[in-house]
Amino acid sequence: MNELEHTSYTSTEGENRPISNARLAVLVLLGAEIMFFAGLIGTFLVFRLGSTTWPPASQVDVRLPVGVTGLNTIVLLLSGFTMFKAQQAIRQGLQNALRNRLFLTGLLGVIFLAVQGYEWVRLVHHGFTLSSGVYGSIFYVLIGCHALHVLVAVFWLLAVFIGATAGRFSVDRHVGVEVCAIYWAFVVLLWPILYVLVYLI
Amino acid sequence: MNEHTQESHDHHHEESFVRKYIFSLDHKTIGKQFLIFGLIMFIVGGGLALLFRWQLAWPDRPLPIIGASQTYLEEGEVETAADRKWEERYDDDKDSWLETNMPSGIIDPNFYNSLFTMHATIMVFFVVVPLLVGAFGNFLIPLMIGTRDMAFPVLNMLSFWSNMLGTIIMIAGFFVPGGHAAAGWTGYAPLSSVPELSGVDWGQNLWCISLIVMGISSLMGSINYITTIINMRAPGMTWFRLPLAIWALFIVAILLLLAFPVVASALGLILFDRLAGTSFFSAEGGGDALLWQHLFWFFAHPEVYILILPGMGMASEMLPVFSRKPIFGYKSMVYAMIAIAFLSWIVWGHHMFQSGMNPALGMAFMTTTMLIAVPSAIKTFNWLGTLYRASIRFTVPMLNTLAFVSMFVIGGLSGIYMANSPVDIYIHDTYYIVAHIHYVVFGGSVFAIFGGVFYWFPKMFGRHMNEILGKIHFWISFIAFNGVFFPMHIIGVGGHMRRISNPTQYEFLQHMQWINVLITMFAFVLGAAQILLLINVFWSMFRGKVAEQNPWQATTLEWQAPTPVPHGNFGAIPHVYHGPYEYSVPGAESDWIPQTQPNGESLPDEPVPAGAAAD
Repeated sequence: MNELEHTSYTSTEGENRPISNARLAVLVLLGAEIMFFAGLIGTFLVFRLGSTTWPPASQVDVRLPVGVTGLNTIVLLLSGFTMFKAQQAIRQGLQNALRNRLFLTGLLGVIFLAVQGYEWVRLVHHGFTLSSGVYGSIFYVLIGCHALHVLVAVFWLLAVFIGATAGRFSVDRHVGVEVCAIYWAFVVLLWPILYVLVYLI
Repeated sequence: MNEHTQESHDHHHEESFVRKYIFSLDHKTIGKQFLIFGLIMFIVGGGLALLFRWQLAWPDRPLPIIGASQTYLEEGEVETAADRKWEERYDDDKDSWLETNMPSGIIDPNFYNSLFTMHATIMVFFVVVPLLVGAFGNFLIPLMIGTRDMAFPVLNMLSFWSNMLGTIIMIAGFFVPGGHAAAGWTGYAPLSSVPELSGVDWGQNLWCISLIVMGISSLMGSINYITTIINMRAPGMTWFRLPLAIWALFIVAILLLLAFPVVASALGLILFDRLAGTSFFSAEGGGDALLWQHLFWFFAHPEVYILILPGMGMASEMLPVFSRKPIFGYKSMVYAMIAIAFLSWIVWGHHMFQSGMNPALGMAFMTTTMLIAVPSAIKTFNWLGTLYRASIRFTVPMLNTLAFVSMFVIGGLSGIYMANSPVDIYIHDTYYIVAHIHYVVFGGSVFAIFGGVFYWFPKMFGRHMNEILGKIHFWISFIAFNGVFFPMHIIGVGGHMRRISNPTQYEFLQHMQWINVLITMFAFVLGAAQILLLINVFWSMFRGKVAEQNPWQATTLEWQAPTPVPHGNFGAIPHVYHGPYEYSVPGAESDWIPQTQPNGESLPDEPVPAGAAAD
C-alpha cells in the first residue's frame, strides 16, 4: 500500500479530494462495464427488433422460466439492500452487523447464481443451447455475462468478508467495503433491465 | 529559477534490477518501457508493410536476399546461396514456415492477406496507441500535472505487462497452422466469424483474444489516467491551467475506456461464433453480419481519434515552445477536442455507406461527419495563429510538429471527400482511403511521435538526441512519406482497389503499375530512414550530449523537475500560478515564465486567460 498511495511523502498531499482515488477508479470502471453491456444489449435489440416474431419462428417452443427468474430477481434486489445495510453498519462502526450483513449479501448472491445455474441446466435438457440459433446465442451470452459478473462480485465480497472478520475496517477506514458495494450495486441494478428485456418483452 | 526543484529527493532507495527496470512501478520507467516496446513494434509493423509493398510493385517476383533466383524458378538450377536454401527446404519432408507463406521467396496470396491485416493491427494497437497513450501518457501525466506518480502504480505495471501478453499472443498467431488473421484489421464478419471462409483457423482466434487482452490493458491504463488527472493535480493546477497534452490524454482515456468494451464484447461474440457454434453473425441461425460492422465501427471511430488526439495535444505543447508565443486560443483548443471526442461517437456509419445500410441513415452519418470538420479546423487555425509572426526556432521537434500540422491538413481535407456518401461510393475501398488514413495516422500521429520523442528525450533519459541525425531523419522521412502516400490518392481515384495482392491481374490498373513501383521505392527509403531514428534513440540514450534541466526553455511543470527525474519526481510538490503557455509576456524579464513562478501581473489563484498575451 505504501507504493500505491505514497503515504511516505508529505502528509498534506491528497487531502481535500472530493472523492477518493479508489472510489473514483471503481466508478470509472463501471463506465467501461456499462459500455460492455451496452454492446451486448445493443446486439440483443438488433435481433429482437429485427425479427417479426420473438422468439424466432424456429424457436417458438422455448419457454423461459419467467416466474422462477422473477423470484430470483427479488433475491438479487434483496442482496442489494443487505449490501446497503452493511455499508451503513460500518459507517457507524458496527463490526458484527457488518459481518452478518456481508454474509447475508453473499448468501443471496450465491442463491441467485445457483437458481440461474439450475434453470440453465433445465433449459439445456430441453434442447435449448448456445447453438439454437440467434435466440439461444444471445440468451446464454447476455445472461451468462451477467452471471459471470455476479460471480466476480461474490468473490470480491468474499475478500471483503474475510477482511471484515479480521476487523480490518473501521468508521474512518472502510473504502474497501465502499468500492465493493458500488460494484455490487452495479450487478444488482443491471439485472432488472436484463430481466425485463430478455424474459418479459 | 525554481526553489522547489533544487533539493533532490531523499526518498531514493536502492532497488533490485528486476524491480527497477522490469516490474517497475515508477510511471517514468513504465513510460520508457512503452516507448521502447512501441519503437520495436514500429519496425515490425513497417517490415510487414515493406513485404507487401514488394509484392505490389513486382507481383510474384521473389523477394530480395531470401528469394530464389530467376534461373532457379525457371530451370530449377541452383545458382545462389538462397537457391540452395530453398532446395534444402523443399527436399525435407516437413513444411517449413517459409515454404508455406512465401515459397521461393514469393509472397503467397493468403500470406499477403495476413500481412496487410497484421500491418494495420500492429500499427494501430501495438505502435501508435502504446506510444502516444502508453509512453507519453505515462511519462507526462504525473510530471505535467505536478504529482509523484500515477494513482495506482501497480495497475500501471499490470497494464504494461498485459500489453506484453497481448503482444505475445498476437505474434504467436503468425506461427499457428492456417496462418494469421487475414480478414483485415476491421475483421469483417462473416469472413472473420466463419473459419471456412478465410481458411484461417487459430490465427483469427488469437487475433480476437489478443485484442481483448489489449483492451484490458488499456482499460487499466485509462482508469489510472482519469483518476490521476482528476484527483492528483498539484495545488493551483486548475482544469484550465492544464497543458493541452494532458487535456488530450484525459479525453483519450475517456474514449478508450468507453470504446474498447464495445469491441471487446463484439470480439467475444466472434469467438463464440467460431468456437461455440453460436450464430451472431451468420444469417443461417438468424444472425446479422452487418451487426459486426456497427459494433466494430462504434468502437473504431473513437479509436481513430484516440490515435490522433494525443498527437494534437503534443503538437500544441511543442508549437508554443518553438514559436515563443502562447498557444492561440487555449480554451477553444480544449473545447474543440471535447467536441471531436463527442462527435466521434455518432459518425461510425460513414465507414458503412457501401454496406447496404439504410441510405437515410447514411445521410445522417454524412452530416455528423461533416460537423467534425469544424472543431478540426478550429485546431488547425489555432496552430497557424500560434505560428503567425512568431520567432520560430527550427529545431527537430518543431520540424516534426510542422509536418504534423501540414500533413494533418491534407489528411483532413481528403477525409471530407469520403464523408460525402455520393463521392464515397466511387472511392470506397480504393487506395484513396489508404492515402487518407496514412496522412492522418502517419503524417499526423507518427510525426507527432517523432517530435515528441525528440522533445521529451532530454527529460526521459537526461541526454539529448543528435540534432543533425534528427534533421536527416526528418527530411528523408518527410519526403519519402509524401512519396509513398501522395500517389495513392491518384491511383485510388484511378480505381485501384486496396487489399489486392496482384494489381497487374487487372487490365484497367496496368497503366498505373509504374506508380506502384514508385510508391514501393519510396517505401523502402522511408523504412530505411527509421533505422536512423532507432540509432539516434539508442545511441543517445547512452552517448548523447548531457541535457540541462530545461533545454527548450519551456514553461510546463516537467521541465521544472530535476534532470534526470528522481523517484518521486519533485522535491516538494510544485505550486502552479498560471497557465502553461506564458511565452513572450510583455514586460517580463525572460521570454518565458514557468508555471511555478508567481506572475506579478496576475493574482496567484486566478486563472490567467491563456492567449491573452497574443492579442
